[in-house]
Amino acid sequence: MSAPILQIEDLVIVAEKAAPGSPPIVTGINLTVNPGEVVALIGESGSGKTTIALSALGYLRPGLVRRRGKVLVNGADVLSFDGPTLRALRGNRVAYVSQSAAAGFNPGLTIGEQVMEPVLEHRLAPRHRAQERALELFQELGLPDVQRIGSRYPHEVSGGQLQRLMAAMAMGSGPDLIVFDEPTTALDVTTQISVLMSFKKLIRERRTAAIYVSHDLAVVAQIADRIVVLLDGEIQEAGATSQIISQPECDYTRLLMRASGPGLRTAAVPASSSRRSKTQQDTTPLPVLQASSLVAGYGPKGADGKHALQALSKVSLRLYRGRVLGVIGESGSGKSTLARVLAGLLPRTGGELLLGDQLLSPGIERRSKDQLRRVQIVFQSADTALNPKHTIGKLLGRVVQHLLGLSGQACREKVASILEMVQLPASFADRYGQELSGGQKQRVNLARALVADPDVIICDEVTSALDSVVREQIIELLHDLKRRLGLSIILISHDISTVAALAEDTLVMLRGEVVEAGPTQDILSHPQHAYTRVLISSVPQLRTGWLEEAVAKRSVIELPPGLRDAIAV
Amino acid sequence: MAESTPPAPSRGDTLPKARFNLTWPGRIGAAIISFWLVVAVTGPFLAPFTLAEFVSDNGFAAAKGKILLGADYLGRDLFSRIVHSAWLTIGMATVATLIATSVGSALGIFAAIKGGWVDMVISRVVDTFHSFPTLMLGLVIIAALGPSAALLILMTGLIYSTSVFRIARALGMDITVMDFVQVARARGEHVGWILFHEVLPNAATPLVADFGIRLSFSILFLSSLSFLGLGVQPPYADWGTLVRENMPGLVGGSPASVYPALAIASFTIGLNLVADDFAASSGRAIAGKIA
Repeated sequence: MSAPILQIEDLVIVAEKAAPGSPPIVTGINLTVNPGEVVALIGESGSGKTTIALSALGYLRPGLVRRRGKVLVNGADVLSFDGPTLRALRGNRVAYVSQSAAAGFNPGLTIGEQVMEPVLEHRLAPRHRAQERALELFQELGLPDVQRIGSRYPHEVSGGQLQRLMAAMAMGSGPDLIVFDEPTTALDVTTQISVLMSFKKLIRERRTAAIYVSHDLAVVAQIADRIVVLLDGEIQEAGATSQIISQPECDYTRLLMRASGPGLRTAAVPASSSRRSKTQQDTTPLPVLQASSLVAGYGPKGADGKHALQALSKVSLRLYRGRVLGVIGESGSGKSTLARVLAGLLPRTGGELLLGDQLLSPGIERRSKDQLRRVQIVFQSADTALNPKHTIGKLLGRVVQHLLGLSGQACREKVASILEMVQLPASFADRYGQELSGGQKQRVNLARALVADPDVIICDEVTSALDSVVREQIIELLHDLKRRLGLSIILISHDISTVAALAEDTLVMLRGEVVEAGPTQDILSHPQHAYTRVLISSVPQLRTGWLEEAVAKRSVIELPPGLRDAIAV
Repeated sequence: MAESTPPAPSRGDTLPKARFNLTWPGRIGAAIISFWLVVAVTGPFLAPFTLAEFVSDNGFAAAKGKILLGADYLGRDLFSRIVHSAWLTIGMATVATLIATSVGSALGIFAAIKGGWVDMVISRVVDTFHSFPTLMLGLVIIAALGPSAALLILMTGLIYSTSVFRIARALGMDITVMDFVQVARARGEHVGWILFHEVLPNAATPLVADFGIRLSFSILFLSSLSFLGLGVQPPYADWGTLVRENMPGLVGGSPASVYPALAIASFTIGLNLVADDFAASSGRAIAGKIA
């Protein structure tokens, strides 16, 4: 057994200016990574997983210091390295693949230049040899157009391709250890499969050691040999992947497992509630929101009146009172455009939209205040959806004032009652957005949509930016609110399990069109359209070996040629 | 599952709150500014002589006893004149800069929110005024309309509002694409609310930093006008006037012209030191929002 590449001994990291007695960022970390091994660090935001992973690069975020312990890479303590030694280490013996490949590449340089940069910087090979190595890597990673992709710029390739190129950049210098920082979190599920498979193949073939940081157990189960579970800076549990998945010892691991899979929990929509809604549907035949043949796009209009970029092509839907309509699609499917068109933020260029029996005009300027009140939209990123300079009370109070016409005491009471409904304490009304956690901010976001007593709320990827555990809580909250208030919800997501947990009916969108529509359970168990089948089979399941099966299954699914391009990565 | 406890203390996954800390240069700058503000307010009551009092029969008499810095070209106490004219100098520049910042910010953010042809028209008009060299524009206007204090202030304010407009518009464009502005729009809020309640509070920090820098420009501009004889007229004086009128003494070796120049320099340098600190911390704050 050769010596471990990475050995972390009793690592304790604290914030430099922390008040005495406040908890350390990470504590008591003991970790070993052997050559060719993939160790996953799994936990939520704030668990310390990124801090530990980055320490292998000898990097601590500004303001953090090591109080105790060592981080040994090939026997040397990287946290004690000086500048030149660190530079010799990074990109050479230890490499890094970041979460957002788009942010990791310089938009002003060609891809080839950037992929070769580590090799050339560290003088590991002459230029022509570096180029050959890069081409080999492109081939191994399954990238298209291997000869010419190097001369392209980052914005000219897709997200999945960029992520692989980032891996090529990391691999080029033949490092001993690669640190993957949530590399597939920002990708669609269909892309994620191919990228994961590429990573796995590459790591195995070159016997590189790797640390894989993620919050998604199902993804990690596909690629890691060992899993380390972190909570609040401490290791909860560590062991071989198969063992942790089959016999988790600690409660937190079990909580994580429940949150990330099995991939689809259609059973989560209790049969009784869908039955109840069915009878509601019979007695209220008028849909609360009805759209026919919506057309919308971006960019300048051509001679035929169509936009340069058609985002929606003849999309129709019906939302009944008290029911949830899920909209599933990946990037570029038009689902966010649909949300904006329904809310009036993006004027449609064709089709009809009815709220009850009233025709809604395309833009918000011509909609009445009452119509604006009845259709509310909840955005994905609560960070940018809440004005950082307003207190929660002001945020919610303004909606009450503007759309309901209440002020003073009546307004304050309404704000307090809505905070209670989303399970936040009334004292939060005096807090600012930055003081809240991600899940709490999303609850405020929801509260803002609900406080005006709307008929329809449109949830645009409301759980996508959240960790798996917090996501579960928000889904439960939506469930609860739907039950209590009889809300009609349009739930837009790329995450099938979220939609499966809440929606009775679902639409599947691809490139601006609805390719399949119907009851959720039917769609999940008997998908008709090829794309739906690919989509459903791409959701990672919490068992080892799923990845290989899915890749094999995908090559068997008959895809019409146009569709193959759509999923090409 | 109620979340009734506040979130655990930040584990370093979020940036620490950007605090406005004064570095040592910043503290020196703040001290200088405070000194001059105190002088401007209390000086007229504590100065040994009044603005127009003669203390010597000789111009440019040397410093002696109560005459701390010597006499000016007419034989008046230079120190007292500097002290007495502090409030006019600082006051005029402050009001002018307030005008520049408020007009420029409001117009800039309005253009950013409205977009389209409204933005285009406003931007082109502002560009036109911005392209005139400021001093020349000032001279032309004063020559045409006469140098009254109100006109000086208004003119300086409007001239500098063009620069603030650009900054405010750029800030506004970044902020209006944020989701919370979309949410406000979706609610049917009108431009006024969006401008003052949604966008402006988020643009405030860099605009305040700009105010500090703009203030020093205003002082220099007004002093330059006075230096050229087109600014504040006798019997009033500001520091620029004092520099101008005592310049002939330089030939004879009298430092009388240098003292008011030092006053101008020290105040503007102090302002810049503080504004630098403010800009640095606002840069951190903005980086935190983007990241």
